[in-house]
Amino acid sequence: MGARLRTGGIAAALVFLALVPAGAHLLDAPFYLKLVGRIMIWAMAALSLNLILGYGGMVSLGHAAFLGVGVYAVGILGAHGAHSGFIQWPVAVLASALAAAAIGAVSLRTSGVYFIMITLAFAQMLYFLGVSLKVYGGDDGMTLSARSQFGGLVDLDHPAALYYLIFALFVAFHYLGHRLVNSRFGLVLQGIRSNERRMRALGFPTFRYKLLAFVLSGVACGIAGVLLVNFTKYVSPAFMHWTRSGEIMVMVILGGMGSVVGPALGAALFLLLEEALSGYTASWPVIFGPVLILLVLFARGGIAGLLPAPRGAPRG
Amino acid sequence: MDPQLVLVQGLNGVQLGVMLFLMAAGLTLVFGIMNLVNLAHGSLYMVGAYLAAAFQEWTGSFLLAVLLALPATALVGIVAEVLVLRALYRRDHMDQVLATFGMILFFNEIVRIVWGKTSRYMALPAALEGQVEILRGVGYPTYRLAIIAVGIAVAVFLYVLISHTRVGMLIRAGASNRTMVGALGVNIALLYTLVFGLGAALAGLAGLMAGPTLAIESGMGDPILILTFVVIVIGGIGSVRGAFVAALVVGLADTMGRALLPSLLRTLVGPQAANQAGPALASMLIYVLMAAVLAFRPEGLFPARTG
Repeated sequence: MGARLRTGGIAAALVFLALVPAGAHLLDAPFYLKLVGRIMIWAMAALSLNLILGYGGMVSLGHAAFLGVGVYAVGILGAHGAHSGFIQWPVAVLASALAAAAIGAVSLRTSGVYFIMITLAFAQMLYFLGVSLKVYGGDDGMTLSARSQFGGLVDLDHPAALYYLIFALFVAFHYLGHRLVNSRFGLVLQGIRSNERRMRALGFPTFRYKLLAFVLSGVACGIAGVLLVNFTKYVSPAFMHWTRSGEIMVMVILGGMGSVVGPALGAALFLLLEEALSGYTASWPVIFGPVLILLVLFARGGIAGLLPAPRGAPRG
Repeated sequence: MDPQLVLVQGLNGVQLGVMLFLMAAGLTLVFGIMNLVNLAHGSLYMVGAYLAAAFQEWTGSFLLAVLLALPATALVGIVAEVLVLRALYRRDHMDQVLATFGMILFFNEIVRIVWGKTSRYMALPAALEGQVEILRGVGYPTYRLAIIAVGIAVAVFLYVLISHTRVGMLIRAGASNRTMVGALGVNIALLYTLVFGLGAALAGLAGLMAGPTLAIESGMGDPILILTFVVIVIGGIGSVRGAFVAALVVGLADTMGRALLPSLLRTLVGPQAANQAGPALASMLIYVLMAAVLAFRPEGLFPARTG
């Protein structure tokens, strides 16, 4: 019963998301196309964080760094005239994989609160690197001269085409995420979250599993960054600021950790709440902050905790 | 290398170091004893600076402003502890991060509402305004020397408080075994509130001392919070001694790196490459330092729980 309700909900959400461009066109409100596109991009970043946070128990407070790697990979190549997506995207994937491997290899030596702080510090390091890159706009950032070009295959300057590319990747991310967390790898990862020492005693090289999860998560977030820079046409270190990392984490926890659809729900709630409150008053954080605190104190498990759970799934 | 430059920058580094120590001491105590990750510690720094500026405007005296702002910041901290943080001690770190992140949003916005969007500035009293000749022909701002003196005095005070008083004994006992201290009949909730108030006052002290040297604005506590995290990670979480050593190391490394690295690079790789890479490397230096320390000592230099 619960499972059927869940499947129905997901199907309805997919139909809704697929129809957004048509609806926005009919209502002559391109704003909604942008809003939903933005929500899906941040949902992908949140999903990537959830892989290590919700399933791996690694509380990274520096995830926006990988978003930034994706953004800057496209931005820097674009500034040198390499606009082809067939070059930009693989470079971005490779760069975020390398960054995640390096940061993960050091950070994963620690755990608990040390891990929170060291990931935060590494993200700040990349943030300051972005600020000091005067050639690429430094503190102010720079406009992206052109979106990624795919040789006439898709034209990202067309809002609906960009939207459907984001939508396709959004769906693919969730499908792959679902497959991954239910695979042997995903189960080992969740085992490590529950009891790392026991998993090690069972013979699993836990460090390697965690590092691989960290790298996969970094790459996924890097791809979200590639979409983000194509979406905003803007390169800025602000994408890597630690409050961004905090916001991604808030999305994951709002939506419910350790659930595949949770981060998307959290991203939608976060951005819609921000949108609604900022329309009401410019000082929206003064309301949003206490709302966050109340949610932590009184609504544990996030939105996904309120939804019917899939069969056999543990309740976080 | 110019020895005068090294001396002046060294003093600047020590000054940044003692500021970081004031922040780190409170944060590391709160973490060590209550097991609480408090991202809002930087907000108390900001609140301290704003309150001092407001009190100075009201009373016209720097000294009175300091004397009023310190307990006021401690009070803000205690109210936050009683209303929100107290409920978080038994939660996991993630809930703590989330709730204290919410507090940052709140504090950064409330100061904008109360004191306006534009930056505020604090005037120095005449006695602290000039320069002191530390070597023949080398002047150094009196106020910065005063900051160093206050920072060292606080370090001594904390050492005496923690190592040689009954409250300090309870703090140390609380850090190593909370449940046992509670079982022995100590009012642990009161102890927590006191320690949190002390940490808030120290953060406020750092903020109000920084007030006259920079613009007081919303979000000013965030950069120093990150540096403070670097300090307590290097020093070992929960260790005040570690926080002191690490704060000086980080303060000196950051200041000296910014001052000397670009000129050092210029002789190595030529001016053009140095102008590009110098500032970038200098701003990344302390994070590289932290990664290096953690690669060899994952628990920091002075792990508190083992000794």
